[in-house]
Amino acid sequence: MADAVVEQGPTVRAARARKSTSLRNALGRKSTVAFFLTLPLILLIALLVLYPAVYSVHLATLNKSMQKFVGFGNFLFLFKRDTFWMVVKQSCIFAVTAVFFKALIGFIVAHFVHNIPAKGQRKWRGMLLVPWVIPPAMSTLAWLWLFDPSYSAFNYTLSFFGIGPINWLGDNLWARFSVILVNIWYGAPFFMIMYLAALKSVPDQLYEAAAIDGANWWQKIWYVTLPMMRNIIAITALFSLIVTFANFDIVRILTSGGPLDQTHIFATWAFKVGIEGSDIPLGASVSLFMVPILAIAAIFILRDVSKRGNEA
Amino acid sequence: MSTLAIDKAGPSRKVKYGSMSRDRAWALRWSYFFLVLFAIFFLTPPVYMLITSLKSSAEISAATNPWWVFHPTLSNYVELLTSNQFLRFFWNSSIVSLAVVLVTMLISVPAAFALARMKFWGSTTLATGVFLTYLIPDSLLFIPLFKMLALVQDYTGITLLNRWYVLLFIYPTLTVPFCTWIMIGYFASIPKELDEAALIDGASWLQTLTRIFIPVALPGLIAATIFAFTVSWAQFLYPLVFTTSVDQLVLPVGITTTLIKGDVFNWGQIMTGALLGAAPPLIIYAFLMDYYIAGLTAGATKG
Repeated sequence: MADAVVEQGPTVRAARARKSTSLRNALGRKSTVAFFLTLPLILLIALLVLYPAVYSVHLATLNKSMQKFVGFGNFLFLFKRDTFWMVVKQSCIFAVTAVFFKALIGFIVAHFVHNIPAKGQRKWRGMLLVPWVIPPAMSTLAWLWLFDPSYSAFNYTLSFFGIGPINWLGDNLWARFSVILVNIWYGAPFFMIMYLAALKSVPDQLYEAAAIDGANWWQKIWYVTLPMMRNIIAITALFSLIVTFANFDIVRILTSGGPLDQTHIFATWAFKVGIEGSDIPLGASVSLFMVPILAIAAIFILRDVSKRGNEA
Repeated sequence: MSTLAIDKAGPSRKVKYGSMSRDRAWALRWSYFFLVLFAIFFLTPPVYMLITSLKSSAEISAATNPWWVFHPTLSNYVELLTSNQFLRFFWNSSIVSLAVVLVTMLISVPAAFALARMKFWGSTTLATGVFLTYLIPDSLLFIPLFKMLALVQDYTGITLLNRWYVLLFIYPTLTVPFCTWIMIGYFASIPKELDEAALIDGASWLQTLTRIFIPVALPGLIAATIFAFTVSWAQFLYPLVFTTSVDQLVLPVGITTTLIKGDVFNWGQIMTGALLGAAPPLIIYAFLMDYYIAGLTAGATKG
């Protein structure tokens, strides 16, 4: 670059500089460069995220053939259906239970990993994160096979303990239990990794001070670990709440919403109604019911993240 | 009070020290015990995949001990790896994932650079907006996107639905926000003196990005690349909605829709397919675990 400029000689360079000064100034200006650097990002978000989000509100106000405006008709129709209320209930049970147990198991496992000598921690951490690495669609197939009623590995094992064959995915309660179990299995390692990173950042002096004050292990967790990790626990749990609430893969592959729509959550029911049942407006209305909870969680996450940013 | 202090200072001190280390040893033993229990819980499905993939259909339907392979065979692997259909899924998945990684990097790295270093009007709002976009799940957007693609097809005559390349436009909505977000974090942690020095030496903004920022933030770049790849490889909902023909499917959808034929579950092949489908992310994870975990924790800790 510099060589070329030197070869051109001073006169040529000056002439050329005069001609394109305004253009080059505009191109060289910081805000212009910044605009062009962020343009693809802005276009992507505007066209493929914001526009569809707004468009789905528009879709939700149309009738099934999408030719007539029906206002809140779709929502009123949903409110009258028992299946809808079942889906609302199941989505909330599913998300809250799964996130709670993911957080609990993640916390416990992170503690145990933190407890063992540093040399072995890497190995254990690597092994315990495997569920998170496998694409959920693939691992759910393995669970589907484990739950298989006739040749199921679980029922085979349980039969040794005299526990009769369980219809894992055919019975209402067991099917609900199974989808939550698979979700916990998939998500707990993520919590484990986040909590482990947070545990490492708690200074040892605090535990020493607590030990000198005579704190037992429970008091150390309650008065030292938890307050120090509060922020990361909140962010991880809220983030997981969003992902779990909007989950699709696990329920779709494991039960497809059955038996009798008992395990449907918003995403799978929206898919069934909107794509399989080709009632796009109704499907859009169903998925829009996820927005309030997602929005609340997002606001809290944003608050925590910016708080963290200010502290740093 | 004083007697108590004397008691403690006496010979019992050594015993106390011994009991503490004994407590520690027991805590360690319990830790290992529970870690083994959790490892069994976490690793059962992948191990079971492997066990089943080594069985023949006859052995699976014979209902012998499901946890043991009596006649190991590689026939499932041979069958799948010579099936044009399965190789097609694998090929589609690879092309889509690699192209999405490239597109993601081309969009998010320059944008993250601009957002981290060039304070311009609305840059903080945009950075927050990027983070919020990351929180919008795929299950909220698939229906409007489906309708949008159908409309584009009607108006322009360009076939988008049921073509694998439509995923190249859709997947970046999942990968770009997060990659931009963690790259902002990595770029912001680079000392200002470094790019000031480059600017004084006459480097343009683009040169600062390619010569200084990208090499220095390479670990972050690798973490973002891994994230983009694994997300595109694992994505299930969008391809399920947007592609239907067998030759357009990616791996997760291909396995779940073609290997499960009605009520006939050929479990040996399904598990083999699932294991092969899980292999690329697992291999990447095995070799680049530290980058993988750095990317995972960066979202919340680097903010």
